[in-house]
Amino acid sequence: MVRKGAKRTSLVLLIAAASLVLAACGGAKVSSTSSAAASSSTSTPACGTFNLAVNPWVGYEADAAVVAYVAQTKLGCNVVKKNLSEEISWQGFATGEVDAILENWGHADLTKKYITEQKVAQDAGPTGNQGIIGWYVDPWLAQKYPDILDYKNLNKYASMFKTSESGSKGAFLDGDPSYVTNDEAIIKNLGLNFKVVYTGSEAALITAFRNGETQKKPVIGYFYEPQWFLSEVPLKHVALPPYTPGCDADPKTVACDYPPYPLNKVVSTKFATSGSPAYNLVKNFNWTNDDQNEVAKYIAQDKMTDDQAAKKWVDANPDKVAAWLAG
Amino acid sequence: MTSATLAPEKLATPKTPKSLLGRKNAIVGIGWFILAILLKGRSTLPLNRSSLTSVQESLTNLSDAIDRNRNSNPFFLNVINKIRSSINAFVNLLQDAISQGSATRAVPQIGWLGVVAVIGLAVAVFASARAALLAVVGFVTLGLLGLWQESMDTLALTLAAVVLALLIGIPLGVLAGLYPRFEKLITPILDFAQVMPTFVYLTPVTLFFLIGPASATIVTLIYAIPPALRITTVAIRGVPWSTVEAAVSMGSTRWQALRKVQLPQAKRTIVVGINQTIMAALAMVTIAALIDAPGLGLVVVKALETLDVGRSFKAGLAIVIMAVVLDRSTTAAAERVQKDSMQQQTTAQKFGVASKWIGLLLTLVAIYISNIYLWASQFPGSGILGLKVASIADSSTGWIQLHLVNVTNGITDLFSYGLLNPIQSLLVNAPWYTTAAAIFVIGYLLKGFRLALIVVVCVATILISGLWSDSMVTLASTLVAALITVVLGIVVGTWVGRSLPVDRVLRPILDAGQVMPAFVYLVPFLGLFGATRFTAIMAAVVYASPAAIKLVADGVWGVPESITEAAISAGSNTWQLITKVQLPSARRAIALAINQGLIYVLAMVVVGGLVGAGGLGYLVVAGFSQENLKGKGLAAGVAIVMLGILIDRITQAIADRRDVHAKAVAT
Amino acid sequence: MTDQLETTISVKGLWKVYGPNPERIVGTEDALLSRADLREKTGCTVAVRDVSFDVSDGEVFVVMGLSGSGKSTLVRCMTRLVEPTAGQIKLEGEDILAANTQRLRELRRTRFSMVFQHFGLLPHRRVIDNVAYGLEINGMSKNDRYARAMEVISLVGLEGNEANYPSELSGGMQQRVGLGRALASNPDVMFFDEPFSALDPLIRRDMQQEVIRLHEEVNKTMVFITHDLAEALKLGDRIAIMRDGALVQVGTPEELVARPVDDYVANFVRDFPKSHILTLRWIAREPTSVDDLSGPILAPDMIVRDAARQVLEAGRPVRVMNGEQLLGVVTSDEILSVIAGGPDD
Repeated sequence: MVRKGAKRTSLVLLIAAASLVLAACGGAKVSSTSSAAASSSTSTPACGTFNLAVNPWVGYEADAAVVAYVAQTKLGCNVVKKNLSEEISWQGFATGEVDAILENWGHADLTKKYITEQKVAQDAGPTGNQGIIGWYVDPWLAQKYPDILDYKNLNKYASMFKTSESGSKGAFLDGDPSYVTNDEAIIKNLGLNFKVVYTGSEAALITAFRNGETQKKPVIGYFYEPQWFLSEVPLKHVALPPYTPGCDADPKTVACDYPPYPLNKVVSTKFATSGSPAYNLVKNFNWTNDDQNEVAKYIAQDKMTDDQAAKKWVDANPDKVAAWLAG
Repeated sequence: MTSATLAPEKLATPKTPKSLLGRKNAIVGIGWFILAILLKGRSTLPLNRSSLTSVQESLTNLSDAIDRNRNSNPFFLNVINKIRSSINAFVNLLQDAISQGSATRAVPQIGWLGVVAVIGLAVAVFASARAALLAVVGFVTLGLLGLWQESMDTLALTLAAVVLALLIGIPLGVLAGLYPRFEKLITPILDFAQVMPTFVYLTPVTLFFLIGPASATIVTLIYAIPPALRITTVAIRGVPWSTVEAAVSMGSTRWQALRKVQLPQAKRTIVVGINQTIMAALAMVTIAALIDAPGLGLVVVKALETLDVGRSFKAGLAIVIMAVVLDRSTTAAAERVQKDSMQQQTTAQKFGVASKWIGLLLTLVAIYISNIYLWASQFPGSGILGLKVASIADSSTGWIQLHLVNVTNGITDLFSYGLLNPIQSLLVNAPWYTTAAAIFVIGYLLKGFRLALIVVVCVATILISGLWSDSMVTLASTLVAALITVVLGIVVGTWVGRSLPVDRVLRPILDAGQVMPAFVYLVPFLGLFGATRFTAIMAAVVYASPAAIKLVADGVWGVPESITEAAISAGSNTWQLITKVQLPSARRAIALAINQGLIYVLAMVVVGGLVGAGGLGYLVVAGFSQENLKGKGLAAGVAIVMLGILIDRITQAIADRRDVHAKAVAT
Repeated sequence: MTDQLETTISVKGLWKVYGPNPERIVGTEDALLSRADLREKTGCTVAVRDVSFDVSDGEVFVVMGLSGSGKSTLVRCMTRLVEPTAGQIKLEGEDILAANTQRLRELRRTRFSMVFQHFGLLPHRRVIDNVAYGLEINGMSKNDRYARAMEVISLVGLEGNEANYPSELSGGMQQRVGLGRALASNPDVMFFDEPFSALDPLIRRDMQQEVIRLHEEVNKTMVFITHDLAEALKLGDRIAIMRDGALVQVGTPEELVARPVDDYVANFVRDFPKSHILTLRWIAREPTSVDDLSGPILAPDMIVRDAARQVLEAGRPVRVMNGEQLLGVVTSDEILSVIAGGPDD
């Protein structure tokens, strides 16, 4: 019995081996050349490795997709994308693991620590995108009660927003904790009958707004532009007392809207002084909210890969790209 | 008319006042309840979201200090950096081999054909032919899903972590098995490592070991070493002392006894330990992705950004497949070790020498081919299966959300208003000293001074962390989730334990529930239950109930046949059989299910924070993402561990109590 | 001898076959194959083979056999803990195999009960709750069933232990609880599946006494399974010997000892001291012309062992008389041949 089984197995394996060897002959071979495509121009200096931080939101991913694509195909850089939260990205400046952050939303605390105090990082100019943070509601709600878009009327509608999480008050949704918010203070200082519910993640926040729209449930919460979700559900901005410089200096007494954020890029000092053409690209990189939304849509809704989405946009906007690569 | 037979020989066990103990506990509970209502709102120790206590601030300052000193401190330069670079080198070696290209090659050294061949050979040689077939089919499926490279990245990382975990865990486990004092010393460390939410030490680890494969491996290591260590200890202890004695009496040294007697006999259990280590490492896949660990975890995390249910399900499925393949292979290897040790001709010998050599040759050929030819290197096709799977997941989620949303909303409200809110408001609004005192008294009643002391330490630590109020919020959700888990465990577990066919069908589903990354089903749950504490509870139930169900099923299955026969022949119907005989006899298993259910639920607290649970889970996530909340996040992590220890010790004490009467009659 | 009493249990042509499609084996030629051959051919095993017997009201019917003889399966068939493959079982005239689930449960609760080898006590209940279990599932109120349980507890000699848990009792006492539980529902028939095999020899003897005493007191019909010949001979009114699933001989203890039907039975009873079982009836011989017929008279159902001294001291043949009828005479020759053993009969 044992003999038979062993013999049979050997035979099977022998046949398999033979057929494999036969089938294997032929077919393309693995090339041993460098994976990076050859650079198009000989006049640009060598690029080397470019460590690009990619923070976890689609808008940033769009920025990173395009910048990485250009750096790779036009400058011959070896782009290493690192998927990191903002905290850890800034931490990487000091150690040389991160060369650039492409979209920074304020972060005065991190700026103070790494730019001002430790001097391991520096500002690399604006991205051209205006970041708007604020209070938003679903479009159906704005249509039904147009006066809900002014904060003075919110108390009238507060009970509509009540959920199992907010007790007797209306629920105000906050999202990812990495986005610093003043909503608790604003609600208290404006005397609004709401309670902040910490949904804990952007996914949770988006789902809440999405469900709110499809199920016609009243939802109010923190949101921002540019954001890919807005091309799916165009949320409407609720007006708070307008921002004046200094009104948000003391986090405890804030009672005004968020300031618009000119989003900027941050690079490590080491990278800035390295002379790499990638630094130039990052410094020159800028585009509009619409640009970013377009690429974000390719990625989020059309489900293209980063490179596919980048290629599509780059091919359609050669002059903008040329401007980044100049000087 | 009494018989004049011999006087009863009673065993000298005193009557244990079980009902009396229950009554005392009930009195404590009622007392607490009354006090909680009377003293509502006093001394509840609330803390605003963004406020920090001094303890929390000092923890933040500590991490800043580390950050500053990193490049100058000699400890860092010599020890930490050396560790980092060697782990990096090791992982890079594996990655270059199977998953990633290098500077000179676009693809890894061994392509998909080679990897599949190696896996097939290895599993066939060390486990069984059946497991080898499963492994080959599983791995090819990974390629068909279009996720070959990501799967190999995950495999490389997991392998590195497992190898290191075994290198560290097994020797330490042997030590702990031989020297109980050492075991007592490391047990609390292991407890911490297993219960502390990974989120909490993610940032500190990157602080020390920087971003890269080293950090990802170490984060996985911390969670994977405890099973390797603990199970090795059990394995060593499990070797009967009489066997060792015999060896020693023949003149062996301690070392010889270890090598020739204890280790060989402990082999089978150690292989089970390897199995558990692999499972633990795989559980860390998605969390490691948050610090840029490449692989399937990253696919899941990225898909979350766009709420792409299909893509995250695809990656989650790949993780499940890999887990199942590795699990079955190592289990089969354990059985093989057991079998071979007890028979003359090993299974390997049965296959014959010829087939082994041919198998080896075949594998080498496959490796060579996959190195040279493109078709054997990069998995062909564009992952059609993957797209299919993703679209099915998308459409079914959409359908469920469309049609069941009213039902699920209703359930959410029912549980939240009816159960969760009352419990939470009681716990949160009761003065802290009342609750602390109640837990202290219960601990003392259950197991005396020792347990009461542990209670004091845990409660004190929570108070010092400054997060009492948030801890009470988390405790409320944990209790409700545990309640649902236990009910599910008992109902489904009884069903499974009584019926072998049901067991066969459900078991793979239960396994998948334990291994599927929570992030995958979070998005659908958010759609169904909203961003509420109940969603977090549901996610915890999905993760914890398989364990509870398996434990109860095991207990029901293990009820001695003589007892069920006696009950049936007395005329019990099915309901009476279950409630009066099978469940009470499985009491120990049920108590264990409660204990494990609570621990598993607690493990999901942080994930819950991502979907609206608030409480400690949210604080941990916030600490991870906000500079000035780092200390608070760390404090929240510690509070979670304290809750875990508290709950674990108390439920174990209850289980031990029940054991006194559940001692079955010798059969 | 037993026909004037009622037949409480009637078993006809009982078969139990394990394996795939067992019904097709019964009544065919395959059924006659040996166990090993049958398994090889069909994958089936015959556990109980065409067993038929009757048990009268109040009788203690013992089924005896070695392990593997099928006796445990037989008793389980009779209460349908195991479903028979073929045959008929009637309990007090009622067809057990035709009873539906509900009726079966009712029968189990009220008409018959079973005592198990490994006791089968519920470890998480006190003695009184174990004894009252059958009454509890039948819906009796707490007070009523506790009262009845206490009656039974004193009946089996466990007074004072009603609040103990099984783990606090010795093996013998646990089996008394099992006994009590079986008695509590006042069944008409009691089944015993090797109830004393798990006990020490000394305790076993006491428990056997207990069963005898109980039988005298409550006079229940009992079906008793054992592998111990001495136990069977001690307790049984009639004994059935089983081998390989079939009945080999059914008879009173004396019949088995005196007239074993084949070598197997003879071998079985060989080592048992005949003098403890055989009565004078069996060893009396026809008086010859030279016999002195003035000797003492002894009853025919006197056990040889008890009669030995008188016969040996009598000096003359002892007359065995049933009333006025002379059945035969017994001399020291007959006594000695029984006591001294030697080849059968």
